[in-house]
Amino acid sequence: MNTNTEEKTFTRVAEVIEEDVPVEEMFLNLGPSHPSMHGIVRIMVRLSGERIVWSDVEIGYLHRAFEKSVENCTWNTAIVYTDRLNYVSPIINNVGYCMAVEKLLGITVPERGEYARTALSEISRIADHLTAVGAAAMEVGAFTAFLYTMKAREWLYELIEAACGARVTTNFARIGGICADLPYDFMDMCALRLPEVEKVVVELDKLLTRNRIFIDRMQGVGSVDAEHAVAFGFTGPLLRASGVPYDVRRVTPYSVYDRMEFTVPVGTTGDCFDRYLVRLEEMRQSLLIVDQCLKQIPAGPVCVDDPRISLPKKQDVYTNIEGLMNQFKLVMHNHGIQPPPGEVYVSVEGGNGELGFYIVSDGKDRPYKCRCRPPCFPLVQAIPYMIQDHMVADVVPVFGSLNMIGGELDR
Amino acid sequence: MVSACPFFENQYSIKMPTIDYKKLSVPYQTSVQKVEMGLWEKLYYPEVTRGLLITSGHFVRNMMIHAAHMFGLAKNQRGAVTYQYPEERRPIHRRLRGRHRLTKKPDGSERCTACLLCETVCPTHCIYIVPEEHPDPTVEKHPRQYEIDILRCCFCGYCVEACPCDAIRMDTQVQELSNWDRTRMVYNKEYLMRDVAGPGAPPKDDPPIWWLK
Repeated sequence: MNTNTEEKTFTRVAEVIEEDVPVEEMFLNLGPSHPSMHGIVRIMVRLSGERIVWSDVEIGYLHRAFEKSVENCTWNTAIVYTDRLNYVSPIINNVGYCMAVEKLLGITVPERGEYARTALSEISRIADHLTAVGAAAMEVGAFTAFLYTMKAREWLYELIEAACGARVTTNFARIGGICADLPYDFMDMCALRLPEVEKVVVELDKLLTRNRIFIDRMQGVGSVDAEHAVAFGFTGPLLRASGVPYDVRRVTPYSVYDRMEFTVPVGTTGDCFDRYLVRLEEMRQSLLIVDQCLKQIPAGPVCVDDPRISLPKKQDVYTNIEGLMNQFKLVMHNHGIQPPPGEVYVSVEGGNGELGFYIVSDGKDRPYKCRCRPPCFPLVQAIPYMIQDHMVADVVPVFGSLNMIGGELDR
Repeated sequence: MVSACPFFENQYSIKMPTIDYKKLSVPYQTSVQKVEMGLWEKLYYPEVTRGLLITSGHFVRNMMIHAAHMFGLAKNQRGAVTYQYPEERRPIHRRLRGRHRLTKKPDGSERCTACLLCETVCPTHCIYIVPEEHPDPTVEKHPRQYEIDILRCCFCGYCVEACPCDAIRMDTQVQELSNWDRTRMVYNKEYLMRDVAGPGAPPKDDPPIWWLK
């Protein structure tokens, strides 16, 4: 009797296993609020065992109507909205927007302003890459590397705070220049902090680049060849990792980048490991650029001296009527900066790639249309292609190497 | 072709550069050093030991500095980069935009003339001013009510830049803006004119560094 039941149970379990284990595909949600989905994004995957057979990305959780909001504010106050695009490297966004409006106005920024813009853009690019590499390393298990990068990022944010008055929402650039001259102790602070950041980059290289756990997780994962990368619209470190040497700073040099000496690192296979290596090398190059900027920076004004564009000096505002009048004229509604009607497209090399601003002006004091080309958007649309036929665990390094920034993706 | 922008003539005036990606090469191009998995990496332990040496080097160095602090030595070196926040504060750069304050005239009344420039320029519309005729006939206007809704403020500093009479500054360096009640986060004129005490208090009569162009 007993033996019979045992046999029966055994066969039943075996039947169940045979019937149920080669199951139909399982649907799994990664996100929207998952620790490895930095920002808020939802990745839906359909799994056969642990293999991904289908996937899709849902974006838009951080949509703030950037483009519509900008149409409702004046040319200068729109800079505040650009801070919130890529909130890890906001200065590049400020500079990109202001360059677009300056092209519309047909003005050139004084040398010192350009150099200060370039130096601070590169500092925030290092902060962006440090975040990307550190977070990607943390997600595959290297928590120490993450802490070291955050330490270095904090030092860079201190530099940004000294120059702009805020760590993240910098509001640094103005149309025609920058908001204020660099503080007098900025060079000393840079001389103190940038070598330490370089040490952190070297340590990061030592900790990760030849570590077998890291290589096993990153190499051969999520690779995109050059043709597909171009077809998807990749730019920035991901495109360069795929082998296309496209860098806006070199291909169409803007600001003072044509006077800088730096190299464009290019990968071969375009997998996560190449992206990591490209970012690591770019941090070194950015440190070199900051060094050159601070050595070459000339004395002089930082903003154009045009009463129709930049606010007058406080000295004039307090003492004479012309200054006071210009101050009111620039701030009052329907009286501020009024570029001629036209359209421009200006792109800068952001932390994740080509950040473009397409601006249409109808001659009034606020933009008729401001379209932002976010570098993240083409990267995120390629996630299903990158993680096809990979394991579930590979989603995390692929997504980490994209460095998706929600504010920029959803705008 | 349907015109998207009816107010200017030369449609599609932007010439985008055509780039052939297959032939693209830029000066100073380098390729990253690809790491092949050799015997050294496959052995796994040497690299782990090297990583451990780095991390333990940090650990020992920081521990020695902390130990030296206990004996009153090496006070100028920091053992850890973290700050023990409520007791120990991060040194803040003087340019940091903190909570606003309204500056005062020597007689203690507000310097603001209620010109409404800060209210106009504010991107978040968080400033609300009710102007009023000043009782003193030599002064034209002054604000009867001056409110800043600090919950809406984005700390861009445009109000400080726009002010034509140095009436509002953001140099208090106060960052701890919290309250149990939302209605108390709307700061009125009296609160904004109060002298700031505590660790973030600015020195009296300091020059407005932020505005120096």
